[in-house]
Amino acid sequence: MADRIYRVNMSDLTSTIEDVPEAWAGHGGRGLTSTIVAAEVEPTCHPLGKHNKIVFAPGLLAGTYAANSGRLNVGAKSPLTGGIKESNAGGTAAQFFARLGIKALIVEGKPEKDVLYCINVKKDGVDISEVPELKGKGNFDTINAIMAKQGENTAVISIGPAGEMKMAAANISVKDPEGHIRSAGRGGLGAVMGSKNVKCIAIEADDSSEVQIHDPEAFKAAAKVFAKGLIDHPVSGQGLRTYGTAVVLNIMNEAGGLPTRNFSAGQFEGAEKISGEHMFDVIEERGGKTSHACHKGCVIQCSQHYHDKDKKFLTSGFEYETIWAMGADCEVDNLDQIAEADHLMDDIGIDSIEFPVAVGVAMEGGLLPWGDGPGILKLLKEDVAKGTPLGRLLGSGAAVVGKAYGITRVPVVKNQAMPAYDPRAVKGIGITYATSPMGADHTAGYATATNIMNVGGSIDPLKKEGQVELSRNLQAATAAIDSAGLCLFVAFPALDIPECFGAIVDMLNARFGLSLTGDDVGALGLSILKTERGFNLAAGMTNKDDRLPEFMAEEQLPPHNVLWDFTGEEIDAFWDF
Amino acid sequence: MQVAVKLFAHFRNNRFKKEVRTIAPGVTVGAIVTELSIAEEEVGVVLINGRHGSLDQALAEGDILSLFPLVGGG
Repeated sequence: MADRIYRVNMSDLTSTIEDVPEAWAGHGGRGLTSTIVAAEVEPTCHPLGKHNKIVFAPGLLAGTYAANSGRLNVGAKSPLTGGIKESNAGGTAAQFFARLGIKALIVEGKPEKDVLYCINVKKDGVDISEVPELKGKGNFDTINAIMAKQGENTAVISIGPAGEMKMAAANISVKDPEGHIRSAGRGGLGAVMGSKNVKCIAIEADDSSEVQIHDPEAFKAAAKVFAKGLIDHPVSGQGLRTYGTAVVLNIMNEAGGLPTRNFSAGQFEGAEKISGEHMFDVIEERGGKTSHACHKGCVIQCSQHYHDKDKKFLTSGFEYETIWAMGADCEVDNLDQIAEADHLMDDIGIDSIEFPVAVGVAMEGGLLPWGDGPGILKLLKEDVAKGTPLGRLLGSGAAVVGKAYGITRVPVVKNQAMPAYDPRAVKGIGITYATSPMGADHTAGYATATNIMNVGGSIDPLKKEGQVELSRNLQAATAAIDSAGLCLFVAFPALDIPECFGAIVDMLNARFGLSLTGDDVGALGLSILKTERGFNLAAGMTNKDDRLPEFMAEEQLPPHNVLWDFTGEEIDAFWDF
Repeated sequence: MQVAVKLFAHFRNNRFKKEVRTIAPGVTVGAIVTELSIAEEEVGVVLINGRHGSLDQALAEGDILSLFPLVGGG
């Protein structure tokens, strides 16, 4: 069975199943969502209007037994940045889509009726049902309601109240194998789903069919080499599994690049208390799980079960970025409070980078004292979840909050909040923040690996030399990894172990009967970046949007007392390809 | 002279988080790593006062040496 495109029109509540156009056939994951958005969405449209479309796509290797191939890519025009957006997450949805032979699900239009809908994706097609009972419900209640009705082994994609209220920081949740949540966090895609009154998408399990593999023997051999690379490399095989993604908190702090107190310092006094090492000790002591897979076939297992003081499950998928944002950036040094906020943000459906960074900006404006963890929890419960005017303001993201409070230290690019690496002290990631068509996004080209962690070589984080080229190479590689539907963490072994990178190319070739080379895969990544940038330029952005905020060139970041010192011309050279 | 040594991730197991050590002038990072029974090839990142350093670098009075295995994530 050839893969198909499923299209749902929310204006008239109809759906179609279409053959894959030739121009889309070689794409998957991010390459496909961005190609479809660029082809079908008017770049100047209102992101919450009927002309925007939201596209869900599994990667090219999804549904196969390739390790770590279960990422779901979601694309649309972003209400946060005003540009193209792709955000991805683990969970079970991508593999279920792939097994149903669905290359992409496009949701378009906008219903007349003010009621929420669930899109039910099944083997024989799609039906759309009204779910008024889920109005205002959190993601956990929503997932539980779908599981109760359609069985536990149903994949669920959903939005919480933040998405229903169309907050620009609203995310999209994807159920993991245990009914917990992974998030396509960035850029307000939850608001786009909410604008179409789609509360959730339920995808039927189809264990009877498997994805077709052109050359099963070659695929098996390559998949084995690939998995071995993931297990052998110390980052993916050891550090992430033991300490989770927060393993990098201490190294960022020691290197002076951990943004602290709304990006006014590069080291946080309370770093140790929110580090991956501390989290490991707490989880062990309380009987949680230090490693856990967010989708079937994940061998890295960076997720965990974090228990509260009473040894009851509190949260999972407890990430470095979240811990840093509410931790160092808001100066909260209490991991239990951050874990509770993580659970609340999952349930409300709000980006756990954008929201706490917005709170950091508001703290600068005097909303709360620095370090007021209980105050942040109260804001989530009483303001964001309930949609008070203050909650809606904070849910609009860091840039809007900065304007509302008259703050100049607002760490955003293209209106998207910067993640957990200060670009003054990690200059390579600064080039990624500046140039990525996604806005400030560490995952778009993780130059921190080579700047700080000596992975994929090493480049001095405090110098400009080599950073533009590094970011370009990593952004192209990332676009390709996102298209394969692989977890980005496969990049750590792939950068250091040539056979591991080669195995990705071999798996793509064996799956589809192709003869791609490593260069072809790099070229695919570059072409995706161009497609995405083309959309942004047509939407009205210019090269002047590829800039970091002014304060970074004027306020020295301690302890190294460094400034952001790239000229506009040097940044623009990124696009010389 | 005195230097502070900080260990991270599994380097802490059966060792310490932070220790002030008295060393002779000219002692290198590599010598300290050996003294701690850490295999040199296991060392992913050396930071001296927050700047990247190397195993053959000699330490100076008051230096803070941070040792990491290869780590990544985020």
